[in-house]
Amino acid sequence: MNHFMSRTALLIAALAASSGLVGAAKDKISDGVVKIGVLTDMSGVYSTLGGKGTQVAVEMAVKDFGGTILGKPIQVVGADHQNKADIASAKAREWFDNEKVDMITGLLNSGCALAVQKIAGDKKRIVMVTGAATTDLTNKAAWTPYGIHYVYDTYALGKVTGQAVVQHGGKSWFFLTADYAFGQSLEQNTTKFVTQLGGKVVGSVRHPLSTADFSSYLLQAQSSGAQIIGLANAGGDTINAIKQAREFGIGQKGQRLVGLLIFDTDIKSLGLNVAQGMQFTSGFYWDRDDAARAWSKRFYAIHKAMPTMDQAGAYSATMNYLKAIKAAGTDDPDAVMVKLKSMDISDFFAVHGKIRFDGRMVHDMYLMEVKKPSESKGEWDLLKIIRTVPGDEAFMPLSESTCPAVKK
Amino acid sequence: MELSFQTVLSQVMLGLNNGVFYAILSLGLAVIFGLLNIVNFVHGALYMLGAYVALLGYTMLGPLLGKPDFHLNYWVALIVAPLVVGLLGIGVERTMLRRLRKFDHLYGLLLTFGLALIIQGVFTNYFNVSGDAYDGKPESLEGAVNLGFMLFPKYRLWVIGISLLVCFATWFVIERTKLGSYLRAGTENPELVKAFGVNVPLMITLTYGYGAALAAFAGVLAAPIYSVSPVMGSEMIITVFAVVVIGGMGSIMGSIITGLLLGMVEGFTKVVYAPASSTVIFLIMVVVLLVKPTGLFGKES
Repeated sequence: MNHFMSRTALLIAALAASSGLVGAAKDKISDGVVKIGVLTDMSGVYSTLGGKGTQVAVEMAVKDFGGTILGKPIQVVGADHQNKADIASAKAREWFDNEKVDMITGLLNSGCALAVQKIAGDKKRIVMVTGAATTDLTNKAAWTPYGIHYVYDTYALGKVTGQAVVQHGGKSWFFLTADYAFGQSLEQNTTKFVTQLGGKVVGSVRHPLSTADFSSYLLQAQSSGAQIIGLANAGGDTINAIKQAREFGIGQKGQRLVGLLIFDTDIKSLGLNVAQGMQFTSGFYWDRDDAARAWSKRFYAIHKAMPTMDQAGAYSATMNYLKAIKAAGTDDPDAVMVKLKSMDISDFFAVHGKIRFDGRMVHDMYLMEVKKPSESKGEWDLLKIIRTVPGDEAFMPLSESTCPAVKK
Repeated sequence: MELSFQTVLSQVMLGLNNGVFYAILSLGLAVIFGLLNIVNFVHGALYMLGAYVALLGYTMLGPLLGKPDFHLNYWVALIVAPLVVGLLGIGVERTMLRRLRKFDHLYGLLLTFGLALIIQGVFTNYFNVSGDAYDGKPESLEGAVNLGFMLFPKYRLWVIGISLLVCFATWFVIERTKLGSYLRAGTENPELVKAFGVNVPLMITLTYGYGAALAAFAGVLAAPIYSVSPVMGSEMIITVFAVVVIGGMGSIMGSIITGLLLGMVEGFTKVVYAPASSTVIFLIMVVVLLVKPTGLFGKES
């Protein structure tokens, strides 16, 4: 009898579940799954600083969260945007339309990020950009209520590094700029802070993304006579430019190279011998405090490299997205965005970070300096923090924003 | 940017530096196409492999042999890498390309393209795509020489010199020696040449191996200048194919001269209007194809 009862109960429960009577959360989690898409450069000039490592970070976040949310599974999918905006757009459409993807993160190229954020805005889905840098993402050009710019941007990079360099006497600049949305935005923003402090820009040259030989551009920079050669590029391009400058003896007498966007992995590739003494701005450093170290060592155990700010940021963005869904009790993008924009974001990545209503995540930035080989105590002991720059100082204030949501 | 004579001269010098890489790679393609009728799309990957033999020989061979202080010397790598990659090429020719000889070019192209994707994919999986630095540059080639109009790194001068030497030696062997005449005759009429007692299949295999070795040689030369990365070949090969098309498929001297010239044109473009530097070669290709479809040095068939 007892046996019969329990079997009947089980049957009823199963029926109820399948017909949706029990699944109270059914309508709260759309399609019965929370799916996160990692769309990034998996194979190109930027893949070392994001790539598979970003997907590893997102998968870690999902696992740490418990793998399910409001009784539904959380899934992670990844794809390569190949640094081409059309490929990124096609993938984003496919994910949003057919594959039930709720949120896209990563996006390691400004061209790709702008295209995907536009689609997300049209389709009312959330994008958390951790890789791309252009300030257009939170300004008039491309702002949507569903976009979050999580880690850093060209304003913060240009301001923190640009001001530090000019204050130490680097008054005249020549830019080597990657010829697309990111490089142009970085050059523009840096120029603004350089000239504000009385510096001047004597020239610039725009090179195609993923250039193997910089010697020609470097010679142009050299003959300009500028004190500072500003590298408004990233990843493999920055590495090649710095290496080849050394080969031609540029940056050793009088002139100095300043990388405006440098990642730990770039320093690793260059070696401390070449990179020592360089200063740049970062949104994260693995050795900053105990929490960062603890997380980074877990990441290292899986990925065999310490995390960059893009990778650490992708973990933090994913974790806080999931927390916001839990707090909202639904994965409805509007409700989740309200929660995200009212949360205090404090974890190993950010200290009291806050997502502003223009989508800018405001948190402390760090002015970093590359250690001398004699100061380094280990393979990844590469950098020291020279100055912690409060988020409100580093990022673009709303008074300068052209975001349509900002009322003036 | 004002165009002083000095600026132009130094840019042309840098262009020549890139041009020798175009020349040596397009030469390999021209030899393989001319004698084997194969459009060798795997050439870029072979170039990349050459650089990796030098890099891994420097960084990993020592620890692997249990001698952490052992680094494969640059000069040794310059011989070993072409040998290793050349043997690999011979293996590819023997086991795969040989079976396609009876068919249209297209099959060889597809096979080599597929091989290139596989090799590049495997390397992308294991190595840093942004590139690893090769630290084995010999001390004797450190530093720069004053050319009067610019300071030019010694190493790059060496690269220009040795590449030109290898290119012209190859041209000489194929166009001016008895061995070269066998090679050319063997592709025109293999049956007849066989009748004279020449082992034509072996000759073809060795030619492919030599083409592969040339690519690897260029890869070792490139290692200390550029970052050694899994995509270094695929970035290069597209331009090199344009060079071959402009020069005329199969013309040995044509590919050498076109490679050098286009390198300089590209260098010059970088001063005049940098954003066009990655496209200027393709513009020239379009114009050449419209005006002279067989290429600048190609013969009408």
